[in-house]
Amino acid sequence: MPRSDIAVTDSLEYLSILDEHGNLDRELEPQLSAEQLLDLYRAMVRGRRFDERLLDLQRQGRIGTFPPIKGQEASQMGAVFTLRPSDWFVPAFRETAAEIWRGRSLESIILYFNGFNEGGLSPEGRKDLPIAIPVGSQVLHAVGLAWAARYRRTDEIAMVFFGDGATSQGDFHEGLNFAAVYQVPAVFVCQNNQWAISVPVSRQTQTPTLAQKAHAYGMPGIQVDGNDVLAVYVAAAEAAERARNGGGPTLIECVTYRLMMHTTADDPKRYRSDEEVDQWRQRDPLPRFAAYLQQKGTATEQQLAEMETRVLEEIQTAVESAEKRMEELGDPLDMFDHLYAELPPHLEAQKSALAGEIAALGKEVDND
Amino acid sequence: MTKMTMVQAINLALRQEMANDDRVVLLGEDIGRDGGVFRVTEGLIDTFGTERVLDTPLAESAIAGMAVGMAIYGLRPVCEIQFSGFAYHCFHQLENHAARLRWRSQGRLSVPMVLRAPYGGGVRALEHHSESREAYWAHTPGLKMVIPSGPRSARALMVAAIRDPDPVIFYEAKGLYRAFREEVPDEEETIPIGRSRIVREGRDLTMIAYGAMIRPALEAAEELRATDGVEAEVIDLLTISPLDDTLMLQSVTRTGRAVVIHEAPRSFGPGAEITTRLMEGAFYYLEAPIARVTGYDLIIPYFSREKWFIPNVRRIVDAARRTLVS
Ligand SMILES: Cc1ncc(C[n+]2csc(CCOP(=O)(O)OP(=O)(O)O)c2C)c(N)n1
Ligand SMILES: [Mg+2]
Repeated sequence: MPRSDIAVTDSLEYLSILDEHGNLDRELEPQLSAEQLLDLYRAMVRGRRFDERLLDLQRQGRIGTFPPIKGQEASQMGAVFTLRPSDWFVPAFRETAAEIWRGRSLESIILYFNGFNEGGLSPEGRKDLPIAIPVGSQVLHAVGLAWAARYRRTDEIAMVFFGDGATSQGDFHEGLNFAAVYQVPAVFVCQNNQWAISVPVSRQTQTPTLAQKAHAYGMPGIQVDGNDVLAVYVAAAEAAERARNGGGPTLIECVTYRLMMHTTADDPKRYRSDEEVDQWRQRDPLPRFAAYLQQKGTATEQQLAEMETRVLEEIQTAVESAEKRMEELGDPLDMFDHLYAELPPHLEAQKSALAGEIAALGKEVDND
Repeated sequence: MTKMTMVQAINLALRQEMANDDRVVLLGEDIGRDGGVFRVTEGLIDTFGTERVLDTPLAESAIAGMAVGMAIYGLRPVCEIQFSGFAYHCFHQLENHAARLRWRSQGRLSVPMVLRAPYGGGVRALEHHSESREAYWAHTPGLKMVIPSGPRSARALMVAAIRDPDPVIFYEAKGLYRAFREEVPDEEETIPIGRSRIVREGRDLTMIAYGAMIRPALEAAEELRATDGVEAEVIDLLTISPLDDTLMLQSVTRTGRAVVIHEAPRSFGPGAEITTRLMEGAFYYLEAPIARVTGYDLIIPYFSREKWFIPNVRRIVDAARRTLVS
């Protein structure tokens, strides 16, 4: 009588469709058109090659610090691919491939990482938030966006990305709780890349998975092979569908790996072994997807190589145009723009003082 | 004496205090194996182990809140918040608990914790990594707010902060971490919290600054001597709160002119309090309006424009000249 079992959900699914050896589960394989598959692959390749180019630029001092995404292309692309343009996309800061897919230009990303406020944006009218550097903070925004989407009687959903480290923040727990209590149309995508800078996920949490945290809040959770773009896609499509149809939020844990440094200011050799990184390199999401496309007859090796060449050209053009644009930008007075809808008088005064200072400097230069 | 950077000097203070006092424990993100993203805690986990150097999960409010409990129970926790831009999560625990437990418990409980965080711009950092928000903490009764200006003062103040019976917020100008080396004594040295100091003597004008602004202030003073024949006195506050106004009042009583410098935004910044203290205590000695050289009332722009935001030598010299003509 005094002690009895309470039935609580504790079963959790793990989903893998295309493994690192190329084994495919045909029953689970999603029915994507050739065009969709190639779009996905192109976006992953674009993410990878752009990341590599950013690293070069950073090493040459042509941009500042940035967080590489290498290894995480499938976990972000599989998820974001399920969104409609009318849905809300809420990134953390390591979703460059997904951001580009949503329409953010390569130029804007280069500008942003080279310290230009003009760079942090998606094109006008997009339902994409700018990146969120304060870890986990964006989770709550997605809950609010999703709530508002329903209030406005739309069938839109909000999808938010965050890392394994973010699941330790109160914002994550509060966000999941609110989302479940209000049954908002949100999809929570955790890119568990095993590390939060130098802290491994095993020291971030005592639970064996992050997905199971969903149960504490009364929503479904699922763990997927985050390097298998098909598995991520299937899990995200289910979650998006559920959210859209009034079924409430879902937590998806994508098990993936950050193959590079945390940011270009970090030295991962201090805290993890090369062997570990090598093991994860074997599970790289790109080659396995490329092999799948070829086996399926969606594209030949040659066609994929041509696609890659076009992506590289696109990146080259973007780098050139960004560097040109940066020469034109940088008027210091611009920093007074957009703080408020209307510039208050004391800031008007500060702005004109700076304008005077710049004019005086110009004269000094002329007199030299 | 050993020449060291500010990073090494703070490391020395932590190491010596941990060796002297086993109540001292460190907690923060990436402070163990990684030695902190700026390497301030480098090697401490090897010497003192994981029981005293806690690589915490990623949650700043938990770091601060847990430190409150540790401090209540007699430990001396030193928290590292990776960047001061992420210390706002801690604000609730400090404002609502750390700052007032002594008062609420009529002196029975106390919270002798230290919260360290790098602050300020000038290192080409990403968003949220360059702000100067010391005024938030300085405004909270019950907290102390300390900002050293170089390796030697950082070491001496860190020791004092750890030993202080009350909660201390300790901001480290990240632009100074490796900017220069200074002789730091091997033996123990402390600077009392709540005490400013004169770092350059002068009779014509008083500059009041702290943290990363001391170096441009000193350079401006040299320039004024060379070009205008003016001798500026430079006061390094070291503690923002409780603010020591004795030296600045003595100085301004002599010079009659003052320039207050900080990187934080102007309105409601530390300069507002400093200026008011001067007005209250030295009004009849002032020869000119007090000048402020500060950041603008803006979010510090991304790094391509940050040099236009941060006070520099030229702006300090110009402000000094304005106070000298009247
Ligand atoms: C609130 C907050 N605290 C600390 C940081 C510094 N920081 C940036 S990323 C990061 C680790 C994040 O780990 P995770 O959530 O796993 O994302 P990942 O970097 O692996 O993509 C830390 C500690 C920050 N940006 N925001
Ligand atoms: Mg991570």
